[in-house]
Amino acid sequence: MPHIEIDGSEIEVAPGATLMDAAAQAGIYIPHFCYHKKLSIAASCRMCLVEVEKAPKPLPACATPVTDGMKVWTRSERAVEAQKGVMEFLLINHPLDCPICDQGGECQLQDLAVGYGASNSRYAEPKRVVREKELGPLISTDMTRCIHCSRCVRFGQEIAGMMELGMPGRGEHTEVMPWLEHQVTSELSGNVIDLCPVGALTSKPFRYKARGWELSRRRTVSPHDGLGANMLVHVKDGRVYRAVPQDNEAVNECWLADRDRYSYEALYSEDRLTRPMVRDGDRWVEVDWGKALAQVAGALKMLRDTHGGDAIGVLASPHQTVEELHLLQKLARGLGSDNIDHRLNHSDFAADAGRAGAAWLGLPVAELSNLDRVLLVGATVRKDQPLAAQRLRQAVKAGAQLSIIHAADDDLLCKVAHKLVVKPSALVQALAQVARALQEAGLDVGAVAASIGGVAVTDAARAIAGSLRGGARKALLLGSLAQQHPRAAELHQLAWAIGQASGARVGFLSPAANSVGAQVLGVQPAGGGRNAGRMLAEPRKAYVLMGVEPELDAYDARQALEALRGAEFVVALTAFKGAAPDYAHVLLPIAPYTETAGSYVNMEGRLQAFHGAVKPLGETRPAWKVLRVLGNLLELPGFEFDSAEAVRAEALPEGEATVRARLDNAVEGVALAHPAPVEGLDRVGETPIYQLDPLVRRAPALQKTADAAAPEVWAHGELIARLGLEEGGQVRVTQGEGAAVLRLRRDDRLPVDAVRVAAGHPLTAGLGARLGTLSLERL
Amino acid sequence: MTLLTPESLAQIDREIAKYPAEHKQSAVMAALRIAQTEKGWLSTETIEYVAEYLGMPAIAAYEVATFYNMYELSPCGRHKITVCTNLPCQLQGAGDIAEYLKKKLGIGFGETTPDGRFTLKEGECMGTCGSGPLCLHNNHKMYTRLTPQTVDQLLDGLK
Repeated sequence: MPHIEIDGSEIEVAPGATLMDAAAQAGIYIPHFCYHKKLSIAASCRMCLVEVEKAPKPLPACATPVTDGMKVWTRSERAVEAQKGVMEFLLINHPLDCPICDQGGECQLQDLAVGYGASNSRYAEPKRVVREKELGPLISTDMTRCIHCSRCVRFGQEIAGMMELGMPGRGEHTEVMPWLEHQVTSELSGNVIDLCPVGALTSKPFRYKARGWELSRRRTVSPHDGLGANMLVHVKDGRVYRAVPQDNEAVNECWLADRDRYSYEALYSEDRLTRPMVRDGDRWVEVDWGKALAQVAGALKMLRDTHGGDAIGVLASPHQTVEELHLLQKLARGLGSDNIDHRLNHSDFAADAGRAGAAWLGLPVAELSNLDRVLLVGATVRKDQPLAAQRLRQAVKAGAQLSIIHAADDDLLCKVAHKLVVKPSALVQALAQVARALQEAGLDVGAVAASIGGVAVTDAARAIAGSLRGGARKALLLGSLAQQHPRAAELHQLAWAIGQASGARVGFLSPAANSVGAQVLGVQPAGGGRNAGRMLAEPRKAYVLMGVEPELDAYDARQALEALRGAEFVVALTAFKGAAPDYAHVLLPIAPYTETAGSYVNMEGRLQAFHGAVKPLGETRPAWKVLRVLGNLLELPGFEFDSAEAVRAEALPEGEATVRARLDNAVEGVALAHPAPVEGLDRVGETPIYQLDPLVRRAPALQKTADAAAPEVWAHGELIARLGLEEGGQVRVTQGEGAAVLRLRRDDRLPVDAVRVAAGHPLTAGLGARLGTLSLERL
Repeated sequence: MTLLTPESLAQIDREIAKYPAEHKQSAVMAALRIAQTEKGWLSTETIEYVAEYLGMPAIAAYEVATFYNMYELSPCGRHKITVCTNLPCQLQGAGDIAEYLKKKLGIGFGETTPDGRFTLKEGECMGTCGSGPLCLHNNHKMYTRLTPQTVDQLLDGLK
């Protein structure tokens, strides 16, 4: 271990460390712009020049490796003179527009110019001006301010996996720009705003809204995907103005997905429900809380007394907090109903009988970056868990073999070792092939051994099995499509068998912020109640909805809407009106995550609590308080809580330890059937990235991105030709009784007999089952 | 139909073969040179095509094309004459040669004759300072120890 002396203090540093690392270790700050701990070294800004003994000139700390006995001075006269010289050059072409720059007050260049800049410029010539670039609805540009640190370019290449920005030109003519007029489309693009050390790249929705120093920072957790990214919401006058990442190496590192960063805009959507409302014939009237709650309690009590608890169905969103979900399930069970579920988009619940715990990632999130072997089954991971995909890309870059079994060969922006791309109804068969290949190789596949004997193994499956047999750290991860699959239980059983045989850990990529929490808390039938699928297929007399939009969230959106419309009483606890006035009888405005204290359990079982960042909007109330009052009105025992923390203490007495004790991906007793894949065309109906939950659906900037474009019908070129259809033309999609007219697009990355039609979108809500079969006809 | 001729693609393939298979993009400079030789200049379509051929982002190929001044990013004449005007050449009379060329062709540096025959460019040191003044024809052939007479001969030979 080399010993060095830095600013007079002796330290021991790891071999291969740079002077920048050593300085960080010694608690010394060296000014810098292009250096970033997560990016490759560019050494292009030269701001980190330091004096090193026996070196003829100052050396850049970020790119100089330490050697034993090195003596370094970071603030000596010579070092500071060099740093000041660099600053003078950086300021030559930098505009003096700090007063109108959004970065003002939180700008690295501004801060360092205070320390290293001269009070007057010796440069009297005209400054250069750079044309603005249009990067899309999320990022605003002022390229004249760019100092060419290249962080945004390296971020695209190294982290986002797609080089969307480059630095063409040379010397003074260098400009950061996208290719031609292309917009930035990465689902992680917003991170360049944090990376930009000046005001060249700033947040477009936040532009000219507030100053950094006017905002107070409140810690919170992203309510979207199962990663539970840590973030700070910036608040002024009781309103959330933006969201930025909070470093947490174990979860989101220093990144945020665009979904986490920009969904805050939806908090102030026109569609926010701010007062309780009740239906009065065909009219909706605003009422006070007392009246609304009394009506809900009265109706639920009456229906329970006349039809029994089984007449009531309770559907909750897995994006609701631990506290809310706990009280909701308590309320349901207090009413004598075990009809409660959060898995609206699932279609196969057969595994429930064969498993003891909650489905979780099976390993810590941080380990995703260090895996040697990964098999992703039915996972559109880039869109569903963008930052988990980023970690997997890092693993692949470090040499991991990543294989996929999926219904689409989407670009994961990294090397894929082996792939088996089949239509959804053939997924079980595909996974069975891998199990069979392991069995043929002499491994014990346990309970499934007897039922996979006749499976014919393809080369791709054998290669995937071979890949899983190697490596030390390996995982088999089931994505959203596998979880929503009509034969999800069989996929789970096979995955477990493959995991047992190969030593790979089996995990689930949770689609929602509290998917794991909801399972741990018992927001699913525990005593023979109806699961989400049955609750909607066998309509109930009353429904209690919390945070859900079943017309978009449900596996069969069409059926869900019918069930709700036919019910005698529907109460929706929701932050947004949405389509609820169409089927509900009472609307209770509940607080979104920024307006309530609460906690989420992320995909690795991490319990992350947060406080309310702002006061609830209008008459909105935190859902745990609403449920508490409702529990009291229904005269149910155990609803006396005076804080969210008290609810959490009851729900999870040992906190995270309680969660951990209930995590278990093991499954047994699921019978494997071997039906031939369904005849005809399979629908690949996933939730698009910006349709995941009520918040993102209403976030205007996100809705303007390419990822939020209206759903189209995607089909393989061969299929388009076979059906005599026209690429780019309108086609009628028919699924059972449902139909939609959409534009046909070509995607040869799909299996020939599958058609991708996104679910969770109003335009396709009438179609029915997400993974059903459909037909196409020319209009 | 491909954007480049099979001959050009064969040349590019030969360059690609010099690097490990997963580092195809190392051949970007050679590939752009070959494409420019065929097309005369590098349009965005050509750059995009080359980038795709090498499996790299178009913007990365564009970075290379804009960094080096021997890549032409706008249409230029059939014959590009690049005169070195760095100090050693200037001391040997490059300034006079440049003036002679400008007068004779009726164009300045960076301009093209109306008939599209000649483009005149100001170049940087070409590493043959002992033989100045000198110029480069279409990036490939160098003419040294230029005098007005040899310039006349050179231009007459370029149709």
